[in-house]
Amino acid sequence: MITTDASTIDIACREEVEHADTVAIQTFGFWIYLMSDLILFATLFTTFVVLGGAYAGGPTGKELFDLPYLLGETLFLLFSSVTCGLVLLALHDGKKKWVLIGLAVTFLLGLGFVSMEINEFHGMIAAGHGPDRSAFLSSFFTLVGTHGIHVTFGLIWMAVVIAQVAVKGLTSPVQSRLMRLSMFWHFLDIIWIGIFSIVYLTGVV
Amino acid sequence: MSQAFIDSTGASIGSLKSYGAGFVLSLVLTAIPFVLVMSGTLSYPLTLAGIFSAGIVQILVHLHYFLHLDTSSAARWNVLALIFTLVIMALFVGGTIWIMYDLYYRMM
Amino acid sequence: MFGKLSLSAIPYNNPITITAVGGAVLLGLVILGLITYYRKWTYLYKEWLTSLDHKKIGIMYIILALVMLLRGFADAILMRSQQAVAAGGSLGFLPPDHFDQIFSAHGSIMIIFMAMPFMVGLMNIVVPQQIGARDVAFPFMNSLSLWLTTAAALLVMVSLGVGEFSKAGWSGYAPLTEQQYSPGVGVDYWIWAFQIAGIASTMTGINFLVTILKMRAPGMKPMRLPLFVWTTFFTMLLVVWAFPVLTVDLALLTLDRYLGMHFFTNTLGGNMMMYVNLFWTWGHPEVYIVILPAFGIFSEIVATFSGKRLFGYTSMVYATSVITILSFSVWLHHFFTMGSSPNVNIFFGIATMLIAVPTGVKIFNWLFTMYRGRIRFATPMYWTLAFIVTFAVGGSAGVMMSIPPADYVLHNSLFLIAHFHNVLIPGSLFGFFAGFYYWFPKAIGFRLNEDWGKRAFWCWLIGFYLAFIPLYVLGFMGMPRRMAHYDNPAWHPYLLVAAFGAAVILLGIVFQGIQLVVSIKERHALRDPTGDLWDGRTLEWMTSSPPAVYNFPKIPIVDEVDAFMDMKGKNVAYRRPDQYNDIVMPKNSAHGLIIGALAFVFGFAMIWYVWWLAILAALGMLFTVIARSMDEDIHYIIPAAEVERIENERYRQLGSIAKRRPTDEQTILEPVPEM
Repeated sequence: MITTDASTIDIACREEVEHADTVAIQTFGFWIYLMSDLILFATLFTTFVVLGGAYAGGPTGKELFDLPYLLGETLFLLFSSVTCGLVLLALHDGKKKWVLIGLAVTFLLGLGFVSMEINEFHGMIAAGHGPDRSAFLSSFFTLVGTHGIHVTFGLIWMAVVIAQVAVKGLTSPVQSRLMRLSMFWHFLDIIWIGIFSIVYLTGVV
Repeated sequence: MSQAFIDSTGASIGSLKSYGAGFVLSLVLTAIPFVLVMSGTLSYPLTLAGIFSAGIVQILVHLHYFLHLDTSSAARWNVLALIFTLVIMALFVGGTIWIMYDLYYRMM
Repeated sequence: MFGKLSLSAIPYNNPITITAVGGAVLLGLVILGLITYYRKWTYLYKEWLTSLDHKKIGIMYIILALVMLLRGFADAILMRSQQAVAAGGSLGFLPPDHFDQIFSAHGSIMIIFMAMPFMVGLMNIVVPQQIGARDVAFPFMNSLSLWLTTAAALLVMVSLGVGEFSKAGWSGYAPLTEQQYSPGVGVDYWIWAFQIAGIASTMTGINFLVTILKMRAPGMKPMRLPLFVWTTFFTMLLVVWAFPVLTVDLALLTLDRYLGMHFFTNTLGGNMMMYVNLFWTWGHPEVYIVILPAFGIFSEIVATFSGKRLFGYTSMVYATSVITILSFSVWLHHFFTMGSSPNVNIFFGIATMLIAVPTGVKIFNWLFTMYRGRIRFATPMYWTLAFIVTFAVGGSAGVMMSIPPADYVLHNSLFLIAHFHNVLIPGSLFGFFAGFYYWFPKAIGFRLNEDWGKRAFWCWLIGFYLAFIPLYVLGFMGMPRRMAHYDNPAWHPYLLVAAFGAAVILLGIVFQGIQLVVSIKERHALRDPTGDLWDGRTLEWMTSSPPAVYNFPKIPIVDEVDAFMDMKGKNVAYRRPDQYNDIVMPKNSAHGLIIGALAFVFGFAMIWYVWWLAILAALGMLFTVIARSMDEDIHYIIPAAEVERIENERYRQLGSIAKRRPTDEQTILEPVPEM
């Protein structure tokens, strides 16, 4: 950032710092975190690409993946991304009630996604196609599961923010947290695009 | 009040219209690869090309309409960080795949 | 109930280990006893353990690093003495099983728990001051990083007395580290210590990147940043963009070991080469992570002690950026012998050779800075000069090994050991020592005894050459690394010299200890009342020594590179503002300490398969994070009157010096209206 920007000059007299700068610094820091998370997922994708053909006599993606089911998961996540965006619009207008409703809907959609994924994993493991069956399945479960764990943490975070909005109202730390939560949520949706393209669709073709 | 902070964060919040446009585009771009794979009309390389180009375009749509990345000065550092990430990813993902496939062929 | 943990985990039948453990426990008890006796617990807790002040966090990082340096060096002494005696038919005093743990612990500790905390400690103390800020961007996350790093270091220490440490080297190659070949807890100690420390480092990286990008004083444009800030910036880029790869690599190994997956196993499609590949994708940037900040420190010191602006400032910045990018494209040179085709090997070989170019640019810049300068030979300058010469030798050995056919001969031999110690010890450790002596007066308020410092330096330098040059020769003679004993009598004399070298280094460390004690005794005579002991060029010398909690009563305005020198030249460095404002600073927080403690419990429980405890600790961490997020009362205000009182005291001190140096009097005493 150019040093003549308002944000840096305001640091000069920190007592007058408006929360705008704190929010800007927090959002930027969170973006850097997302970039490192992107590297983390890139590593998992690479591992999947390297090991994705090592079926070791076990099932292949073609035999395991159910595309209509996958489409359902994808739509859950896509809808939740949009409702998450709408939460920000409500926040912008200061409508606490709509923020809460939007977050609740997003939470339910995210929960739907996670439930579907758990169900899918459970089915595969029950059929003997667990992550210890082959390197392909190890990398599949780890990549998709890491995304799922991220979504789960997003849900926990969302629950905390819902409680904070309900109790404290739209205070500036809560607003800042909402901004970052929505970045996180959109980021996870982008990772999911990579997963359904590279893991599922490519595996089935 | 909220107007002020959102404008200075580098992550503006968009509008109903932008979310709607992003949503519709994403739906279409999700449908294309699914239809390509499920119908199986195209050849293998063409289907792959379809999946990946739809995926990349959809990622761009998400970045633009949902994460509001653009060339404005507020988002500039975010964009630079993303570009740096992509460069490092290209080096390391490309390098790894090159190394591992090279090894694979030598061990056949 | 307690997983794999039982009383048999304590190695009471191994005299060497149990002596070390006994000593460590005794020392710990003595320290705890002294703290209790002098009733310092409250002070320690309020002023240090829960502090979010970047300077105090930095000091605690350095204390951690020095403790771990002693531990890692003890390992080194054991290895050198073992190899000095285990010649011919003798098996020495260390069984192979124990020797393997020692070299694994030595490498892990020196890189992750000595070099990294030392570097982060110096950055914490210096970077916010150099950019004219009052703290880092995320003070709480800073404290969290410190305590996670400490928890991870503690895990390594505990492995000494409870169970064992990894026997698979600091790089932990699979499949040796898989459950099948390493069923004990050693590898798990190594995994969790690295994993926790790695996450802490990533957070530090994010923190400093944002600090440098967003918290600079007005006028501190990119090309006016001190070189140490630049190298910190590039280092943290490497940290944030490389550490996730380590996180994943370790996580995949963990899944293999704990859940029976097949990433790196011999069976069911696993690919052990992928482990090596991912490890060095992180591992090579890691080398530059610990070296680049030292380059920055040397740049500051060379300029200050030559009394000149750094030669080729701009080229220095660009050279650093080139090294940063190149360091992501050379990782295969760590495993040329894996069996890649010549095309792959030569690509990475040439990329490796290329790194010598920007590094050479830096060496010449330092030399030209000294050229025709009035060099003052204080301790920091000694370390810097030793670095330039020694690093050039080690770097040349590296260029040699970047030629794949040569690497096929030298790989896995002591030549490699000599090479990387020859770059890392001068390139990283000497740099941190130089920084330690350079900034110690700033952080603590008095300087260190120069005589003992120079004695220690000569021991370190001579000991270093004695310990490592023989290893080059041994490498050419074909001696592999990591040998617990050997039967080639021709190697023995060289190993005796190397052991003697290690003893000389030990003497250097003892002298450093004496230096600390002597300096603390003479602290009143050695006090630095000016805050600008070395006639410094950058903003950290503008604050008092030690700096007030807020660093700067008024944020300085920068209009030149070497901002403080520029201000001194214009006679505005000590201008007194006509009024002070309230200052907002972050409040202490115990949450970082609590999360660190829980992370230790979590790691320990995972290592010993105590699942219920691991789950409890994980939930505890989650709730602590949530509790912290609920807390909105995280700042306190230092009233303007209090700031004025502190500053008046400082000006009174400066004034009494100025009476002795009449030329400065006007600058200091005359109140000038605000700029």
